Amino acid sequence: MTVGRTPSQTVGPFFTLGLCRTPQNEVVPGGTLRVVGRVLDGAGLPVEDAVVELWQPGRAGTGWGRCGTDAEGRFEFRTEKPPAEGDAAPSIDVIVFARGLLRHLVTRMYFPDEADSNAVDPVLASLDSAERETLVARLEDGVLRFDLRLQGERQTVFFAV
Amino acid sequence: MTRNAVSVEGPVDPQLDYADYRATSLRAPSRPLVVLHPFRDLESPVYGHEDVGELDNDLTRQHAGEPLGERITVAGRVVEEDGRPVRNALVEIWQANAGGRYAHDLDRHPAPLDPNFGGAGRTLTGDDGRYEFVTIKPGAYPWKNHPNAWRPAHIHLSLFGRAFSSRLVTQMYFPGDPLFPHDPIFQSVRDPRARERLIAQLDLDLTQPEWALGYRFDIVLRSTPFE
Repeated sequence: MTVGRTPSQTVGPFFTLGLCRTPQNEVVPGGTLRVVGRVLDGAGLPVEDAVVELWQPGRAGTGWGRCGTDAEGRFEFRTEKPPAEGDAAPSIDVIVFARGLLRHLVTRMYFPDEADSNAVDPVLASLDSAERETLVARLEDGVLRFDLRLQGERQTVFFAV
Repeated sequence: MTRNAVSVEGPVDPQLDYADYRATSLRAPSRPLVVLHPFRDLESPVYGHEDVGELDNDLTRQHAGEPLGERITVAGRVVEEDGRPVRNALVEIWQANAGGRYAHDLDRHPAPLDPNFGGAGRTLTGDDGRYEFVTIKPGAYPWKNHPNAWRPAHIHLSLFGRAFSSRLVTQMYFPGDPLFPHDPIFQSVRDPRARERLIAQLDLDLTQPEWALGYRFDIVLRSTPFE
């Protein structure tokens, strides 16, 4: 006997009231790795009312953090690189909520200094090279940049789970 | 390893590309979602009572005085599709005040702010999956989606179930709202039975005589393999 699920609805424009009362963007406490990025819409304009969550495996349970975007669509996290799991390359699961998204989007961030394990990762291997490129963060001055393009030619790959 | 580009838009969740809700036009992905395989379903972060303050679930007692409006209790159970209760689930809510105005800098609706209402709360479910909030009934408010667009009264909810796959952000509505046929966000859930599950029910057992009406809102999350 199963019961029907409660449907998703958009997070709307005013979620900071409930979801951003205190900074929660430290995914791993004391983490030294900075992850920054922007959420951009189909016109390439910043999405100023999105909230991004990072989820990653860790020795002390799941590492989690969230960050609302600013007027430039920017978000920022502190974390550490999670361990590789079997033949899977290290990766961080990413959720995007926003006004205009009736349900949340799911994607994954991979690491640019893991070329060998990225090459054999089963999820990355199932994508073409342009799609793969949207999932691998770029190293810029010691900071990992992971932009999220919701729509268009260079759209980030989003997953059904 | 197969690569499947599929549409997972079933009858429960809205489709991302829903033209009546104008903000989807530049934000809904244009490429189909890719099935994530293999999928590791991470367990949700563990929340404890240290994360939630004593008055966090009573939005009428967070300021010096009482907020204006109709005091209500909103309560229910958080379960998975197989009926198992979800304990220690973090439930966060936010909402407009009785006049339909959010205590948010970007809300330009010229309705009065209420200095005694912040409009945010959170709680953890008990062992039986139960949660409860005391708040005031939010007002309807206009928005710019189309000419003369008004949102039905609603409370926003965010839930962490047992796992990544059970994460849910949704909205709860009040029974009999005459704005339902005109609201593209509510109507974006195309299956009428699923849409019905977004509407709380007046519950006289939850109603405290001479004090507050009670609304029951049970929440069903995706089933997970976790205990």
